Amino acid sequence: MKALRKQIDKIKPHFEKGGKLEKLHSLFDAIEVLIFVPDRVTSRGSHIRDGVDMKRVMITVWIALIPAMLFGIYNIGLQYYQSINVEAGFWEMVWFGFLKFLPLLLVSYIVGLGIEIIFAQIRGHEVNEGYFVTGLLIPLIVPVDVPLWQLALAVVFAVIIGKEVFGGTGMNILNPALVARAFLFFSYPKWMSGDKVWIANLVNGEGVADTFSGATPLAQAALYETDSMPSVMNMFLGTIPGSVGETSTAAILIGALILIYTGVGSWKIIVSAFAGGLGMGLLLNAFAVNPFMEIPAYQHLIMGGFAFGAVFMATDPVSGSQTETGKWIYGFMIGVLSILIRVLNPAFPEGVFLAILFMNVFAPLIDYYIIQANIRRRLKRATSN
Amino acid sequence: MENLINIFVKSVFIDNMVFAYFLGMCSYLAVSKTVKTSVGLGFAVVFVLTITVPVNYLIHNFLLKEGALVWLNESLGDVNLSFLSFIMFIAVIASMVQLVEMIVEKFSPTLYASLGIFLPLIAVNCAILGGSLFMVEREYANIGEATVFGFGSGVGFLLAIAGIAAIREKIQYSNVPAPLRGLGITFIITGLMGIAFMSFMGIKL
Repeated sequence: MKALRKQIDKIKPHFEKGGKLEKLHSLFDAIEVLIFVPDRVTSRGSHIRDGVDMKRVMITVWIALIPAMLFGIYNIGLQYYQSINVEAGFWEMVWFGFLKFLPLLLVSYIVGLGIEIIFAQIRGHEVNEGYFVTGLLIPLIVPVDVPLWQLALAVVFAVIIGKEVFGGTGMNILNPALVARAFLFFSYPKWMSGDKVWIANLVNGEGVADTFSGATPLAQAALYETDSMPSVMNMFLGTIPGSVGETSTAAILIGALILIYTGVGSWKIIVSAFAGGLGMGLLLNAFAVNPFMEIPAYQHLIMGGFAFGAVFMATDPVSGSQTETGKWIYGFMIGVLSILIRVLNPAFPEGVFLAILFMNVFAPLIDYYIIQANIRRRLKRATSN
Repeated sequence: MENLINIFVKSVFIDNMVFAYFLGMCSYLAVSKTVKTSVGLGFAVVFVLTITVPVNYLIHNFLLKEGALVWLNESLGDVNLSFLSFIMFIAVIASMVQLVEMIVEKFSPTLYASLGIFLPLIAVNCAILGGSLFMVEREYANIGEATVFGFGSGVGFLLAIAGIAAIREKIQYSNVPAPLRGLGITFIITGLMGIAFMSFMGIKL
């Protein structure tokens, strides 16, 4: 470690103002901060600091995502070997999944961080840790077989239009990862929906077992084939087709516990999103006219990307509601809209990402009215005495 | 009753004036700097639409449409005055806007001042004329449906303009690149909001 520090100190002057590698300053700075705690401290004025900074917050989310990611890797292999009807060992599946997942992750990080560094250099701010979470989220919410160039385009769109034009991390109004998914969904629907894309190599159809369909439980439900849906236990554990990280509710719940325990994700949003989803499910059960509406309400919460969206996407502190009362409304509406779009809109098999985007758009309005109500209440209290 | 609710939901979310048809963009972009004024303008639009659509419905069905004049005289059955519809609709809209302007000036001078030229300009707001023309095109069965459609379209516009105003207030201090400040970033936000509103596209009511 000491040798590394020495090395960095030695080459540092080249990257500072006036040095010959000044143009790479941002890249150098990012790497230095990634490895070491920066040596710059606040020099004047009173200030209170605690250990939580953006790096720590982002790493906490990263850790919370790991169970879902690991399960996703295993599930890619599991689904693949099931589809070709071959017996395979645990590590064989994991290795297959790893080889499938790694390119997605690399493309997401290299393209995204590349753009971040370019922007940081031009605009003269530091590369910050915001993209580390987004870069992991994006591969987790796409189908495993999405072509890499499409993924790269989506990342470019999400980082530039979704984030950098607003001024970078912390200023964006929509969750960049969801912008990437929406971009893919509306631009390349062939690769984002249907029965074939959720399992590795199924699009080519080589050696696929005859009876195998590859449809997600949601797609089966939308066709009213509720009898052939996987069991509740399988849906909870996540051994079903779906986007890479979204299938396992169990793994997502571990992440949710980490987020809630550390206080990084708001428990109010998570709880109210699940409550909203459950309530909407019950309402649909009460007025059911087709088998899709008859699905027990609790099953909606473990199907598709609902849990993943509610835990990791809705709780984004930047694009979500900022006021405490607002969080209840915001989360509840996400739950309601997700199930509503999923069941009542035949154009989209899954509604979670659109519901969260929709509420991202209206979160500032919710906050505005909550703050105005607070101001009025306090004014009244102050003037009545 | 169920029919009316369907028309309302459809006109607010699915056929939103701003995000589905991109109508009424001028006032939407220009008066969305603060939530307070934009909500004021939104309510003015709701009011104007709720009045003009049913009035134009009556004019269209009892004066202008082919065969609409038979209630006067049987021999007028083949008279078709629909070439007059634009001018009639605009006349109704302009007089309604005049009325709104007087009301706002009387009861809320601050709102009147902050809306400025955009209040009389509601008269040429394409969302308002669009409401009347959509009403003709979609052939609503009775005046109740037309009224609900007008009201719903207005609420959709109100929702859109209040939403973007809140976002613009929120990003007021964001470090947006200089060339994009102001209208540029507003266009980008509008596009992103349009993506979010696509969630309702395709719902059949």
